[in-house]
Amino acid sequence: MSATAAASVLITHAVGLHARPSVKFTKLAKTFAARVEMALDANGPWIDAKSIVKVMATKAPKGTTIHLRAEGQAAEEAVGALVALVERDFDEGDHAKSA
Amino acid sequence: MNNRSPIVLTGIAASPGFAAGPLCRLDAVTASYTPKATSTEEIEALNGAIAMASAAVASLIERSSGESADILEFQLAMLSDDTLAEPALAAIGQGADAASAWARVLDAEIAGYEASGDDYFRARSADLGDIRDRVLRALVGTDMLATLPGAILAGEDLAPTRFLETDWSAGGGIALAAGSSASHVAMLARSRGVPMVVGLGDALSTLSGEVLLDAQAGVLTALAAGGDIARHRAAAAAFAAVRSSAAAYLSKPALTADGTPVLAYVNVADPSDVDAIDITTCDGVGLMRTEFLFSRGLPDEETQYRAYRKVLEWAAGKPVTIRTVDAGGDKPVPGFTVAEGNPFLGLRGIRLSLSRPDIFRVQIRALLRAAVHGSLKVMFPMIAVESEYARAKAMFAEEALALSTLGTVHRIPPLGIMVEVPSVAIAPQAFSDVAFFSIGSNDLTQYVMAAARDNASVARLNDTAHPAVLRLIGEVAAFGAAHGIPVSLCGDAGGDPALIPHLLKAGLRELSASPAQLAAAKAAVAGVTL
Repeated sequence: MSATAAASVLITHAVGLHARPSVKFTKLAKTFAARVEMALDANGPWIDAKSIVKVMATKAPKGTTIHLRAEGQAAEEAVGALVALVERDFDEGDHAKSA
Repeated sequence: MNNRSPIVLTGIAASPGFAAGPLCRLDAVTASYTPKATSTEEIEALNGAIAMASAAVASLIERSSGESADILEFQLAMLSDDTLAEPALAAIGQGADAASAWARVLDAEIAGYEASGDDYFRARSADLGDIRDRVLRALVGTDMLATLPGAILAGEDLAPTRFLETDWSAGGGIALAAGSSASHVAMLARSRGVPMVVGLGDALSTLSGEVLLDAQAGVLTALAAGGDIARHRAAAAAFAAVRSSAAAYLSKPALTADGTPVLAYVNVADPSDVDAIDITTCDGVGLMRTEFLFSRGLPDEETQYRAYRKVLEWAAGKPVTIRTVDAGGDKPVPGFTVAEGNPFLGLRGIRLSLSRPDIFRVQIRALLRAAVHGSLKVMFPMIAVESEYARAKAMFAEEALALSTLGTVHRIPPLGIMVEVPSVAIAPQAFSDVAFFSIGSNDLTQYVMAAARDNASVARLNDTAHPAVLRLIGEVAAFGAAHGIPVSLCGDAGGDPALIPHLLKAGLRELSASPAQLAAAKAAVAGVTL
């Protein structure tokens, strides 16, 4: 039950982890029972990835690598889903792809 | 009632109409909080106020779309996060009252965002300010007062979000000590038909109780006597009668008495404006302002694209003229505009956009992408010389090329210019290759008459019907007709029944008015014999 998982991902979204992306990010994190944390440095400090107040306070701009770790039920899935969301530019980057 | 004499304050009418009701003061909120007896009660009060604020935001989300909805979603997420209130609850445990604890904690958060080196994060400080004030209002109960039918919101200035969250269906109005008739909230008030007066001065903060707001003359009266009240009612009834008789013209095409067709467009200040407009009542959008997007700092490309696309799709193929951002002057944007001694004659409109190509190119890309969703036209504000137009046009071509390389769908829209700087009105010959002219009568008038439109003491000079202004309008119309360049007018004059006969006689056949003035404008057109 007490699985752990970790990964890091580069933010490519034009304006970084700002308001709209943060809302999506924390909403997704909250769908998992596991404790999910995020940091801008692999050595921490780690913050609660389910708290938009804390996530926004990191003020992570484009080009930042964020580190994620989870512990508990479906930890692997939680980290995987969040990494995928960041890699998809929070589902907002339609202009960056061929239409 | 009694022998106190009425207090009359004079300002500038920013949105015509009449209102009578209780004055609801928006400022000095924390000062009016009455501390509770115990910290347990303070904690209950704060949690209750946060819950009220969350419920208010949630109900606003249901009535919003696009960028406004995104911002509100963000605010709701912040309010729903227990982490936000934790330090305030701790401070209450140390003996602070709920209002000052909350204000201190949010002020610290706001300072953190303001200190960010990133424009997008810095802009979020406005949202934190909104969150702070919304909870404070719930704590002191002023939101209850504001929902009284016909309440007149009074303060130094008014946030556009506060306007949008107010239910105006029961009447009411806005009275501001400072403010500007060109502000975003003034545009919103005109488009929704909410009476508004700005520039009433510091004495406004001393008033309370029932007041009369005459937003035709720009006057606020407190302690009104019976005669004042009766005269106010009569004027309000006459104003309403004119509005309702004009309403019959709304669904018909605009035609003069002798049968000359006139194109009647609407001005859009916020994309949500179009939700309340029936597209069949107008010929399209003559001016979509984009300053609303910058009212919270710098918007990203996606936010802009969505706003433009929404209006283009609503217009269902009718033309939509979007003006590139007209910041500066009396419309400052943090992180974009610069403080100047004489801002109306400074770095504003296209001058500012060209000086910040990093910001301008984001707007250009959003416009190029949105252009495929309807009949888009784009115009540049404050053009004074031809090289500004040429530079902006070249940037459209460069960004279009970049989008082609990425394989992104886009289209270069027809590019026109605002005629508001006298140099263009006097010598339009330099601009014979623009796609269209749109006369900005507010700025053209203030520059020709050298009378700032936000200064009540020179308001009588600020007259679009002055022969000098009308002559310039007539010459631009004649130049356009001779060279096959369409000429429209999108200033407040386009919706002013007293000015419309002059404009049509000067040769204009395309007018753009705020949605609330559209019916009256069409009625005025019908009364003109050319």
